[in-house]
Amino acid sequence: MLKVEGIETFYGSSQALFGVSLQIGDGEVVTLLGRNGMGKSTTVKSIMGITPVSSGRMSFNNIDIHPLPSYAIARLGIGLVPEGRQIFPNLTVRENILVAAANRGGRKEPYTVEEVLEIFPRLAERLNHYGDQLSGGEQQMLAVVRALMTNPKLMILDEATEGLAPLVRKEIWHGLSVLKGRGQAILVIDKNLDALMKLADRHYIMEKGQVVWSGETAAIAANEKLKARYLGV
Amino acid sequence: MLLVFEQLLNGLQLGVTLFLLSAGLTLIFGIMQVINLAHGSFYMIGAYVAATVTAYTGSFLLGLAVALPVTALIGMLVEMSMLRRLYHKEHVDQVLATFGLIMFFNELTRIIWGRQPLFMDVPAWLSGSIELIPGIPYPTYRLAVIGVGLLVALFLYLMFAYTRIGMQIRAGASNREMAAALGINIKRLYTLVFGLGTLLAGLAGVMAGPILAVEAGMGESILILTFVVIVIGGIGSVRGAFVGALLVGMVDTLGRAFLPLFFRLVFPAATADGAAASIASMLIYLLMAAILIWRPRGLLPAHS
Ligand SMILES: Nc1ncnc2c1ncn2[C@@H]1O[C@H](COP(=O)(O)OP(=O)(O)O)[C@@H](O)[C@H]1O
Ligand SMILES: [Mg+2]
Repeated sequence: MLKVEGIETFYGSSQALFGVSLQIGDGEVVTLLGRNGMGKSTTVKSIMGITPVSSGRMSFNNIDIHPLPSYAIARLGIGLVPEGRQIFPNLTVRENILVAAANRGGRKEPYTVEEVLEIFPRLAERLNHYGDQLSGGEQQMLAVVRALMTNPKLMILDEATEGLAPLVRKEIWHGLSVLKGRGQAILVIDKNLDALMKLADRHYIMEKGQVVWSGETAAIAANEKLKARYLGV
Repeated sequence: MLLVFEQLLNGLQLGVTLFLLSAGLTLIFGIMQVINLAHGSFYMIGAYVAATVTAYTGSFLLGLAVALPVTALIGMLVEMSMLRRLYHKEHVDQVLATFGLIMFFNELTRIIWGRQPLFMDVPAWLSGSIELIPGIPYPTYRLAVIGVGLLVALFLYLMFAYTRIGMQIRAGASNREMAAALGINIKRLYTLVFGLGTLLAGLAGVMAGPILAVEAGMGESILILTFVVIVIGGIGSVRGAFVGALLVGMVDTLGRAFLPLFFRLVFPAATADGAAASIASMLIYLLMAAILIWRPRGLLPAHS
């Protein structure tokens, strides 16, 4: 579904990505792993057309997305839960949920507000609060729900459990496993290796703007050297 | 008493006219972060187009119906061809470029319509006056202006609070990158916002047509008041523009009407009138200074 081939991305004159390639198939849950500053978020922003890519190819369901503007890429069916949540502070929870709602994946029964609130019930009590009145965990759930309401073919989550209390993290991981069970394709970036091992099918490990390893969950689990070298665990 | 009532309504009428102008300007300033000095030009364009169409067809409503889309369309063309390039530039560049636009539009109207001002008649069905309070007649047309202004305020409120496009405009204003990453076409949204803003300026111009002379440069005198309004109200805030516009309209109108009377109580008539006139013309700036000392971001700043 998503194909990224050899992309290079610069911030001004400093290069952040050196030929990154990856693929995600229908219904797959794939992770991007690696220490801080290795280029995971830059890869996501490159896919979404937020930071311009200077060379390489990217396609989504065989449509070239490389020179497309951000909004057009999203409309093909990619739902982003960005690093730092980026909830609209001046919109209420309900408005954040509805602002971009659409059936981009062409689902027979697109998500309704009630359905997404079943996945994260604690948001239901806060529908009329403004985005900046929520706790970090609630904002994070809202960011997931906001993306989900676009009925994406692929969800991308960048550090969705960063800085959250353990119980709230659990709620988010639970929400993601529910989505996986429904066949949702997900690209997920996170520090929590244990939770990722349970959720994901395949992994890419990044170092200094390059993919240095890729493989299935079992291969990482068994490889202590790999974990120590690239993931610091 | 009679005079007070009449001046209150005059203040309200100036206030809603200022609101129509400042709502668009504050949106454009707040959302695109561009200083558009040429906003007054769209007020002038609205007035000229309406005056011309009304003169040819004899129908004020037809004049209005043509002027609004024409003004909005010219606004959107200006946004797409020029303003769009200024969004990421320094404020100085924006001021220079949009000042150039003012001169362009003023000269263009002189070329098309000549140097003589045009005069628009109040349409027959709105001429005459109504006694809102028995014994105190007030011109029907001015009441209609007040009514239209209040309806537009209600419309804008409903649009921003309850429609999807209103939500998207607010979302884009607070985080344009994220809004785009969710599939919202920000460029098109900006063009629409600009078109809406210029349409409202054009509407203000059409309605001012029968009250003032329609002439090149008419946009600039009111533009200054409009900037005062959006600074008082809080940049980017339509609600603030509403409150600020009514305040400025009232203070300006009442100041000009009543300061001379107060001053005459103390000074000889000639001195009183001269002093009162100059102080009255400064009154809104004093008001602005006082409000900014009290609330530096304006009365009702946009949600931050
Ligand atoms: N906006 C930016 N401007 C300049 N450099 C950046 C910017 N964002 C990230 N970088 C740099 O790009 C590299 C990759 O960062 P990032 O993609 O955020 O890493 P990760 O998400 O893996 O922690 C880092 O060296 C970082 O300093
Ligand atoms: Mg990151």
